[in-house]
Amino acid sequence: MATVRLSFSPAPVHVRTARLVGVAVARRAGVAEELLDEVRLAIGEACTRAVALHVQYGLPDLVTVEMSDSDSYAVRVIDHAPIEASVGLAKLPPDELADESLTDDELTTGVGFALLAGFVDDLQVRPVEDGPGTEVRMVWPVQRR
Amino acid sequence: MELSLATRTVAEHTVLEVGGEVDVYTAPRLRERLVELVDAGARNVVVDLGGVEFLDSTGLGVLVGAMKRLRVAQGRFGLVCSKEPLLKIFRITALDQVFPIYPTIEAATADSDGSGPTS
Repeated sequence: MATVRLSFSPAPVHVRTARLVGVAVARRAGVAEELLDEVRLAIGEACTRAVALHVQYGLPDLVTVEMSDSDSYAVRVIDHAPIEASVGLAKLPPDELADESLTDDELTTGVGFALLAGFVDDLQVRPVEDGPGTEVRMVWPVQRR
Repeated sequence: MELSLATRTVAEHTVLEVGGEVDVYTAPRLRERLVELVDAGARNVVVDLGGVEFLDSTGLGVLVGAMKRLRVAQGRFGLVCSKEPLLKIFRITALDQVFPIYPTIEAATADSDGSGPTS
């Protein structure tokens, strides 16, 4: 069961709010202080991806972030874009990063995935159970209190 | 913290000091400023990330875009960054192999051939 659920319209301005809430809940859940920068970055990247997909497909639906802290700190970022859109989530090899043919959007998507994969040990990207969309699920350990 | 941008000239380099959070909301302003600088004729551009508290993939994309724009204009682009959390972001994305990253403004502006830090 989600401890905190946040839904926001797919606008870049709200991604910061999601980061702030995500880190506040992580801190309260007992995530180690040294991991909080990574939590902030990963939640921001997952929300940025969701917002970009909604904008790309002209979807006004809310993006949802669910945070739960039962045995670990689990965050799910849920979008409602067509499932094939998640195919764009691919890591770029270093020699292609400065490639002239790569668009800014492609670069940002590739770099965003590299950050998610690099900072989150327990990361899953899977289809949502009902309707179109994907969820990015990230889990961090919590310290016993 | 909101994004802050300030430009100054150091040893014939245009130094853009960036502060605050660079993310999907604020990165377009950074892009706009960098485009303005290049359009105005700046060819040795150094972006000082010393005041940056948060940097995401959108911000990284803007920095790569500026570097490409300067490359086309026969210019040079470098970053100043000494904060470990930000340096880790560059390492994880392999962008530390793309940008010359200097520990100080002095090191960036003293590198006359743009070959990058020696260490």
